[in-house]
Amino acid sequence: MWDYSDKVKEHFFSPRNSGVLEGANAVGDVGSITCGDALRLMLKVNPDTEIIEDAHFQTFGCGSAIASSSALTEIIKGMKLDDAVKVSNQDIADYLDGLPPEKMHCSVMGREALQAAVANYRGVDWKDDHEEGALICKCFAVDAVLIEETIRANKLCSVEDVSNYTKAGGGCSSCHEGIEEILARVMAERGETFVAGGVSSKKEEKPGKLTNLQRIRRIETILESIRPQLQRDHGDIELVDVDGKTVYVNMTGACSGCQLEAQTLAGIQTKLIEDLGEFVKIVPTRTGAYARAVSHA
Amino acid sequence: MDGIYLDNNATTRVDDTVVAAMLPFFTEQFGNPSSMHSFGNKVGLAMKKARMQVQELLGAEHESEIIFTSCGTESDSTAILSALKTHPERKEIITTAIEHPAILTLCTHLEKEGYKIHILKVDEKGRLDLLEYAKLLSDQVAVVSVMWANNETGTLFPVERMAALANEAGVLFHTDAVQAVGKLPIDLKNSRIDMLSLSGHKLHAPKGIGVLYLKRGVRFRPLLRGGHQERGRRAGTENAASIIALGKACEQAMEAMQFENTEVKRLRDRLEAGILARVPRAFATGDVTNRLPNTSNIAFEFIEGEAILLLLNKFGIAASSGSACTSGSLEPSHVMRAMGIPYTAAHGTIRFSLSRYSTEEEVDRVIQVVPEIVGQLRKLSPYWADNAPVAEPGKAFAPTYA
Repeated sequence: MWDYSDKVKEHFFSPRNSGVLEGANAVGDVGSITCGDALRLMLKVNPDTEIIEDAHFQTFGCGSAIASSSALTEIIKGMKLDDAVKVSNQDIADYLDGLPPEKMHCSVMGREALQAAVANYRGVDWKDDHEEGALICKCFAVDAVLIEETIRANKLCSVEDVSNYTKAGGGCSSCHEGIEEILARVMAERGETFVAGGVSSKKEEKPGKLTNLQRIRRIETILESIRPQLQRDHGDIELVDVDGKTVYVNMTGACSGCQLEAQTLAGIQTKLIEDLGEFVKIVPTRTGAYARAVSHA
Repeated sequence: MDGIYLDNNATTRVDDTVVAAMLPFFTEQFGNPSSMHSFGNKVGLAMKKARMQVQELLGAEHESEIIFTSCGTESDSTAILSALKTHPERKEIITTAIEHPAILTLCTHLEKEGYKIHILKVDEKGRLDLLEYAKLLSDQVAVVSVMWANNETGTLFPVERMAALANEAGVLFHTDAVQAVGKLPIDLKNSRIDMLSLSGHKLHAPKGIGVLYLKRGVRFRPLLRGGHQERGRRAGTENAASIIALGKACEQAMEAMQFENTEVKRLRDRLEAGILARVPRAFATGDVTNRLPNTSNIAFEFIEGEAILLLLNKFGIAASSGSACTSGSLEPSHVMRAMGIPYTAAHGTIRFSLSRYSTEEEVDRVIQVVPEIVGQLRKLSPYWADNAPVAEPGKAFAPTYA
């Protein structure tokens, strides 16, 4: 049986704000067909103040899906719309004292329902921006889709590469067979053959002619150029330290703990590697999802 | 432990007399059955008796046809890999879409190694098309592996007929019978089944003991090589205490066979009828006229299985579900999908599996509790309004799917 926190159990057994909300003026319907969970979030928004005066849900799903829905409604009641959209899936999971890695997608569903409902209220289209696959790495909650896309985008060819880019396989290592299978498939697409124990495609190179100071400044410039994108999603990034090939950063705001953090970091890392012309590894410090996952692993 | 245990297809309680029979073999009878001295000799004799008790339950012709293994999965892998080794020129395997992962995952793996796997489809009641099966039998097929009874629905496959067809075509036949042994009369000496797997913990013996039945004369290659144990067909020091426990459990299963097919069946039918009479939009899955006497699998539409199990557990009732969320995988049960059960029902399937320890009071308590639980969850469901599904559930609630 799942190791659910008492808070999850309590919200499942006695869900808050369940059922149809009469007079709702914002509705978000989202779901995950593979996993079979689906959620309708109904909000009553005061048109003058944009404050969420009431929030109800209906959920078809497992214990943690129902608990996440219940938690979401409790979190956002009384919030202004602009603040509510900043609620991340990690906020929902934290409110419930954590969720098992296999169940994090339930909290993502909650966040997406909220965004869909806000879009519905504002009369704009909302498109879901992620696709989920089978969970491969249970230590760091990395799914097959993310691994596959990262391998494709970065032309990776070893398990070590995959762990460096996505963290998948960096824990107990039980999932290496699964990662090797994905590598073999994606490498076949580009006409290569996967060789176990092969040399990492991203060989460590000595830092080029740049001095340490020049190199750090360069890294800062690159991060600066990415920052506006992150800020648009209510997040931010700051450089903490550079130690050899490892770049330590701190993800803040909505980026912190976002389900897409791994993907975002992988993208930033790719950009750093391209611009610097050397392999660097980006490592989030402090409160990110990784740190959380590591502490649970 | 208090509680109502209706998850006997997952595992069973070890019978008290079975525990009593095995305990001396941890202490005063600790010898190695291979040893020359009397410490070992007595254990060897007790194991011989156990082998005969298993032989009796299976209706096997010879006791030497019984090979003790560590579990059902080991028996399955041994059987299939042996068939492939003894027929190196044959590169095909026939199995079904609703086998246990012990078979399906192995077959998926063998497919990557170059074998062709024919997966027989099932209809909406989980039945096979024997014509399709007969057409696939050829001198390219190394082995057929078909379960005797499905673990989720209890539906039975006509394995004896299928074994006869395979035999006529000169193809080895294996059956994973872990759910059937002890619940159905089995007479292997009058069948053409070449190999059969069973698992002790499904019939009130401990976990960690299994059997591979291997018909005399069937060519065989061991999975584990080493010592001479099990006549060199399964090396490794015997799990003596568990073997003796399994023998005792087989003897008891033989005695309870009648009870299993009358009284346990009656309670199962009472449970199923009671729930279906009180819960709208629920149906039994599988072939209800041809199934194990202890199993009932009910789909509750528009709600999800894990949520049902958590609430049942609150009432002290143990069952299991075909929902994706209970396994940590993203897909609902492959058995339900193979039968074409829609997602909104497949995620809400609950399996109740009884045993000879189940009582009428327990069954009546479950009949009383289930409608409440289903009602409570349907109140939360976007597919449900008041006392019925919303009109056109698929249209009224069509979420944006990730």
